[in-house]
Amino acid sequence: MLSVDVLDVAYGQIRALKGVALAVGRGEIVALLGNNGAGKTTTLKTISGLLRPTSGTITLEGQPLAGVPPHEIVMRGLAHVPEGRRIFNRLTVRENLVMGAYTRRDAGIAADLDRVFALFPRLGERVAQVAGTLSGGEQQMLAIARALMLGPRLLLLDEPSMGLAPVLVEQIFDTIVDINRQGTTILLVEQNAAMALSIAHRGYVLETGSIALAGTAAELSDNADVRRAYLGE
Amino acid sequence: MDYPLLVGIFPQVLLDGIILGFMYALIALGYTMVYGVLEFINFAHSEIFIVGAFVGVEILLSLKGAGLLETLPWPLVLVLILVAGMAGSAALAVSVERIAYRPLRAAPRLIPLISAIGVSFFLQDLIRLVESVWRNAFNLVYPTMDVLNERFELTSTLDVSVKSLVVIVAALLMLWALHAIVNRTKVGTAIRAVAEDQAAASLMGINVNRIISLTFLIGGAMGGAAGVLFGVQYGLINPYSGFIPGLKAFTAAVLGGIGNIPGAMVGGIVLGLLEAFAASYLSLLTGGAFGAEYKDIFAFSVLILILIFRPKGLLGEVVRERA
Repeated sequence: MLSVDVLDVAYGQIRALKGVALAVGRGEIVALLGNNGAGKTTTLKTISGLLRPTSGTITLEGQPLAGVPPHEIVMRGLAHVPEGRRIFNRLTVRENLVMGAYTRRDAGIAADLDRVFALFPRLGERVAQVAGTLSGGEQQMLAIARALMLGPRLLLLDEPSMGLAPVLVEQIFDTIVDINRQGTTILLVEQNAAMALSIAHRGYVLETGSIALAGTAAELSDNADVRRAYLGE
Repeated sequence: MDYPLLVGIFPQVLLDGIILGFMYALIALGYTMVYGVLEFINFAHSEIFIVGAFVGVEILLSLKGAGLLETLPWPLVLVLILVAGMAGSAALAVSVERIAYRPLRAAPRLIPLISAIGVSFFLQDLIRLVESVWRNAFNLVYPTMDVLNERFELTSTLDVSVKSLVVIVAALLMLWALHAIVNRTKVGTAIRAVAEDQAAASLMGINVNRIISLTFLIGGAMGGAAGVLFGVQYGLINPYSGFIPGLKAFTAAVLGGIGNIPGAMVGGIVLGLLEAFAASYLSLLTGGAFGAEYKDIFAFSVLILILIFRPKGLLGEVVRERA
């Protein structure tokens, strides 16, 4: 579904990604692990078009994404829940969700609103509330719900567990599994490697801008280096 | 002190202040909407505003030349000049953004500001050049339409001219339409989303550049409408007439809380009222020591006082940090 090959990205003189290659197959949950500054967020931002690579290729369902602006990449079925959620604080919950469906002209929007409220009942109770007044967990739910309103085939999630209490993290991860079962492919960036590997099919480990390890979730969970560096053993 | 006089002129002064305030409010919207999406002061907006007045006067003069001004129904003529003025200013605003601001989007903040000041001077002299070549004059008078100067005497001290009513009704319609667009439509929601977070908006599939153009279009149209109403109400225009009202409308936008749309409306009306009351009452209350010519000093002193105590403006919000 998505393939990234020898991707280089630089911020000015600093090379943030060096020859990153990864692939995500239809229906998978793929985890992208790594420490702060390893290049996880940079990878996602480059895939969704917010950053321009210096070289390398990205293809989504066989179509190259080079030079395509973010708002057009979205129309090809890719949704990106960015780091820090980036919900529209001054808009209501409903308006945030309407913005998620901005590119759509079809009649299924109302049904998708119901589907999103079924996944996140808390949002259904707060449709008219200004989003900036939601709790951190609710804001994360809204960020994911807003991306789902696009009806994406591929969903990029950047640190959905960030700043949330453990109970909420489990709830969010359960929902991610639900979303995947309903047919959405997921590329998940996480610092919380244990959580990520518990729901992922496969994973990659990024270290200082390069892919250091790749394998199935089980292989990565059993790898001694991964256990020491990311699973706190 | 002549209390009956002070009380007697009050309604008339209030009315004048409201009319002036609506004018400022319409212009202020252009500053505040652009600031909302780009955090940038479009100093050329004062000329975008006055271009609307010139489009209006050109149509009126052409109609008069063709002998149609007296024969066409006057509401039709008014709608025609309003729509044309709005279209002219809107097209100009969109072009200015495309040519003079967009290429500088990534530049340090002072650079587009200087570009805007340059565009402002350029447009002033361009209007002067065009009108000088075309009409051999650049101080133009709005042709009078007799109906507009009819006055209704409401009381012995208060009368309302038809043109004042026209200004009030047109301004209210514009403000209502803008409010409806921004708050009740999907594209209006997108304008607010872009104002808050451009990158996140682009991830929703919103074409940010198109929304920015649309913001200039709407702000320009409001400015153009204000230009036509300015011409109808005050009669005389020249290429430099936009500058001072533009500056005052900018102040009104800051007073209301820059970037805040209802704030621009409130700020405009407050400034209009301050100015009208200062113009009429300063001289009466000080026994002639301060004449009406001190109205701006008074109005701006009050503004400075308000901003000292409310630096975000009357309706400006304290921007919440992201959780």
